[in-house]
Amino acid sequence: MSAEPVPLPDTAPPVIELLDVAKTYRGGSLEVHALADANLRIERGEYVAVMGPSGSGKSTLMNILGCLDVPSAGTYLLAGQDVSAMDEDELAEVRNRRIGFVFQQFNLLPSLTAWRNVELPLAYAGVPRAQRRERAVAALQRVGLGDRLDHKPSELSGGQQGRVAVARALVGEPDLILADEPTGNLDSVSSAEVLGLFAELHQAGRTIVLITHDQDIAVAAERVIRIHDGRIAADSAAAADRPWAYGGVS
Amino acid sequence: MNWFDTIRTGLEAIRAHRLRSGLTVLGILIGIAAVILTVGLGQGAQQQVKSQVEALGTNLLIISPGSSTGTGGVRGGFGSASTLTQADADALSSRVVAPDIEAVASTTQSSRTLQAGSSNWTTTVIGTQPSWLGVRARKLSSGRFLSAADQNTAATVTVLGDSTATELFGPIDPVGQTVTIGSKPFTVIGVLTASGSTGNANNDDQALIPMSTAQQRVFGGTTRSAVQTIYVQATSADTLSAAYQEAQNELLVLHGSGTAANADFTITTQDSLVTAANSVNRTLTILLAGIAAISLFVGGIGVMNIMLVSVTERVREIGLRKALGARPRVIRRQFLVEASVLGLAGGILGAAVGVIGSEVLPPLISNPITLSVPATVAALVVAAAIGLGFGVYPATRAARLAPIDALRSD
Repeated sequence: MSAEPVPLPDTAPPVIELLDVAKTYRGGSLEVHALADANLRIERGEYVAVMGPSGSGKSTLMNILGCLDVPSAGTYLLAGQDVSAMDEDELAEVRNRRIGFVFQQFNLLPSLTAWRNVELPLAYAGVPRAQRRERAVAALQRVGLGDRLDHKPSELSGGQQGRVAVARALVGEPDLILADEPTGNLDSVSSAEVLGLFAELHQAGRTIVLITHDQDIAVAAERVIRIHDGRIAADSAAAADRPWAYGGVS
Repeated sequence: MNWFDTIRTGLEAIRAHRLRSGLTVLGILIGIAAVILTVGLGQGAQQQVKSQVEALGTNLLIISPGSSTGTGGVRGGFGSASTLTQADADALSSRVVAPDIEAVASTTQSSRTLQAGSSNWTTTVIGTQPSWLGVRARKLSSGRFLSAADQNTAATVTVLGDSTATELFGPIDPVGQTVTIGSKPFTVIGVLTASGSTGNANNDDQALIPMSTAQQRVFGGTTRSAVQTIYVQATSADTLSAAYQEAQNELLVLHGSGTAANADFTITTQDSLVTAANSVNRTLTILLAGIAAISLFVGGIGVMNIMLVSVTERVREIGLRKALGARPRVIRRQFLVEASVLGLAGGILGAAVGVIGSEVLPPLISNPITLSVPATVAALVVAAAIGLGFGVYPATRAARLAPIDALRSD
């Protein structure tokens, strides 16, 4: 129990609010409950790690948080907006403006240079060309790749590719950054690069949710959520520290 | 995403798979070139026939013996036992009888061997009247043409066609020389200029003699008074149908045939000659063009096939773009652009091959090829439309991919 005063909640809505969210897959007569009774609240500026064994439902959770998948039940409020009932066009807009993804395999387009990869979300947002170039360059400089603007992914090291992926996630100034095992394919040096970047972003006030299986990485986050068998099993933001947080405790 | 960027994305995707894109374009290219060339071949053949008929003269009616439509008792087929006579030709020449007829020239022809010195040459010998030169719109390169005096005296004079003159006399001017026609000596009084028309070399390989000479001295037998063809020139294009009527009426009276259905002669206009001669050409053109169109359709199926493969291969990329915010219609547009560009490229290259082929092929295949600008432009539009049309299904499939499934795949 900390002796410091508990910070008061700010008046902005939480970035993420899951209310009784469930995801069920039906295959014939078989029902798979990938996620059940998920209640979660993540405030602006938090740095959260989501951990769990494979098959635990953490990918399902990430997909729902990232609006790549729609819950079977329950409500998902992203920055106060109910996204659980949106159609594909609206979801695309949410993914574009409010969320920045960093995928495990980075998913950079191999035929495009670094800055063309980074500008892609802006192109889909309808931002004019000159501005896109400016902002992409700024994002790449922010991650320390200002001298690699015209390199293709194949000309970059693993860590550099990871940084390009982060720059792309940032460029649209999203409310939320989601990263799915971003260091999964990297060596320790490159992993350190990328994690260092996340730490900087957290310092700057960004909201980050990170999936990882690596305990060492989870340490860097200030909050750890554990998932097991489709349920949120533990949340280090225990009720005692954060009275307003919903934490499903098994 | 605005159109400029969508088009750029589509083009980049095409460039990323050059071989595959090239092969797809090839399919459309071949289809378009085939359509352009087959239609061009057909047009060329039709054009050639038209030129040949036009070279016969202008505002011409051609009267031949035998009926093509008669229902009377004794009928002859086209060109059979000659029922036309010189008297018919003379009657039609009268301005009183037929005011819309400018000139009339009767002809009778047969194949004979000509001899000049040590050279001989078998050619067509045509007995005709002085009016022939004007009616058939020909010119002399030297000497004079047959005259009324020649006709009256059945003179043994002849005017040679350009090729015949060269065959018999080489570079020497034949005027004044003697040539034997069917073992009778004739004096050459003139040479015709080369006709210069397309493809019909017969116009230059002939020898013309007075009709009276032909009937009395050269051609024997029952054709003595008969005439094979009567060429009639109308005063102008506008009076052609009037001239047709006048000629028909006069000949019906002279031959006592009664109604036109019983006529023992046939009057043909140049237009109907062209139509008749071209009917086979037209059918063939349509047939060939139809086959070429089928090949174009197959090319379109090739586009669809490749686009489907492309969509399947790029499922991850599509998922990523959607995850970054691409709406379904934007994805669809990207793939439609790709398909349309493939079609358009095939069209442009196919048109280029067609144009080059139309220049290079005719000497090799001994047939002319006539291209038309509107047909070529239409081909380009069709090619792009085929790309677009066959791209719709793959593009829609791409647009409908769920991003999460797309990202999961490998």
